[in-house]
Amino acid sequence: MDSLLDLLKSDARLTPGEMAERLGRSEAEVKTMLDELRDSGAILGYHAVIDPERAGDRHVSALIEVKLTPERNGGFDRLAQRIAKFDQVTSCYLMSGGYDLAVMVEGDDLREVARFVSEKLSTLDGVLSTATHFQLKVYKQSGFLASESRADERLAVTP
Amino acid sequence: MKPLEDRIAKQVKGIPRSGIRDFFELVQGRDDVISLGVGEPDFSAPWHIREAAIFSLEKGNTSYTSNLGLLSLRQEIAAYVENLFGVSYQAASEILVTVGVSEALDLVFRAILNPGDEVVYHEPCYVSYNPTISLAYGVPVAIQTKVEDNFVLRAKDVEAAITEKTRAILLNFPTNPTGAVEPVEELEKIAALAIKHDLIVVTDEIYCELLYGGDSGMEVGNHTSIASFPGMRERTILLHGFSKAFAMTGFRLGYSCAPSVLTEAMMKIHQYSMLCAPIMSQQAAIEALKNGAAEVERMRRAYAQRRNLMLKRFGEMGLPCFSPGGAFYMFPDIRKYGLTSKEFALRLLEEESVAVVPGSAFGSAGEGSVRACYATAYDKIEIAMDRMAAFVSRL
Repeated sequence: MDSLLDLLKSDARLTPGEMAERLGRSEAEVKTMLDELRDSGAILGYHAVIDPERAGDRHVSALIEVKLTPERNGGFDRLAQRIAKFDQVTSCYLMSGGYDLAVMVEGDDLREVARFVSEKLSTLDGVLSTATHFQLKVYKQSGFLASESRADERLAVTP
Repeated sequence: MKPLEDRIAKQVKGIPRSGIRDFFELVQGRDDVISLGVGEPDFSAPWHIREAAIFSLEKGNTSYTSNLGLLSLRQEIAAYVENLFGVSYQAASEILVTVGVSEALDLVFRAILNPGDEVVYHEPCYVSYNPTISLAYGVPVAIQTKVEDNFVLRAKDVEAAITEKTRAILLNFPTNPTGAVEPVEELEKIAALAIKHDLIVVTDEIYCELLYGGDSGMEVGNHTSIASFPGMRERTILLHGFSKAFAMTGFRLGYSCAPSVLTEAMMKIHQYSMLCAPIMSQQAAIEALKNGAAEVERMRRAYAQRRNLMLKRFGEMGLPCFSPGGAFYMFPDIRKYGLTSKEFALRLLEEESVAVVPGSAFGSAGEGSVRACYATAYDKIEIAMDRMAAFVSRL
């Protein structure tokens, strides 16, 4: 199963047949494993990892530190789940340290993100404060380095 | 003045040009070649290891080290070897850090051979074994292992090759170029022979982390070192290094583990010829041993996937190939096409721009096979397999 997850994390586009070939298993076995992963909710989804600069993507992204008042039953969960549901939110994590939630937000431009923070996020009951940090440049995303391609510099034939 | 050719020492003149080098020159300069001819990982050394080398340079560590190598590295090696092979060595006196296993091999034979002493080894094998023995004035005695027998080295063949001049047996499992792994029961018999005839065993286990176990080949296979058998530690020189498992070929770093008298003899040569291995490589190696296990396993799994692909595709194109247990080579049997391994490799290069190494480069026992290395990106191997399938279908 670990090997299958490794494969999915590095290239989720492979067909079950291709994965089976790499893992030395039958296609049926791989399909069963994939079904299990999906049914158990272990796989949340698939997406391409994009370097926004090269793709000409002009969206802006921001990391928002959010401090919350925990509730008697459920702590941060109810509020965090509510925040996570907004379409603008791409990721949402409960954090240790100086703030409670790390919320990644994406918008068409700076103003849209600002509006989301001031109108939606900070007005929620239980949100104590927010601090918004805009993302300037991508060096690495989801395990992939941006703008690095290494030519094979090995000699063509070696012992 | 005498012609310069006549100034070349006899034992150097006697060494034939490497078949690999000949082939390299043919491949050089051709575009669009997918090379399965390399003998090294396609991965760069893991970043944390490279970073350790950079950090070492930044700190200004540019001096010589102890001839034996940094003590801290030898201590890490001792722990690593004990964990991997189940044999313990004294960091202070039984471990020598060398410039690759290649240097260690040269040191071993110069340290233990007198002119005319014989060394028994198995072919097909790494290209340096035969010349390294010859350059140390030894006599290389090759045992031909066979594809029909999965390139297992049979103890009875070893015994037949032993004479009163035999001083050592040289082993390399997993084997370059075949990927063969020696069955433990055969290894035990060879150990018994070494004890019976009072021979030194030199064992090059550079590929021992790259083993493919389980039905799918995805699991880590078991490795057994001959050094771990009763009565063997005292007569074994265990050679290992960082090139393959840690993808550190260019760092040029290997080591030997052997009883102190042997280590001392090797060190005597090493201190005058090499002085010590480069300090930045040694610093990088400490990081590799401390924190490299996860990356080694990640690379091993990638090789396992490619191995599965090549095995399957060779099967589909009707190219007989035994399932190799280790290293990152396939050694398919091409005899049914009626070509020599050199002809096969040349035509494959010319007609389909895929480079493999003729088996004959690895000794006469390699004739009839070619070496295809799967330390190359998966998608490139896929294309290379398509081209090879087209090629063999025309033969």
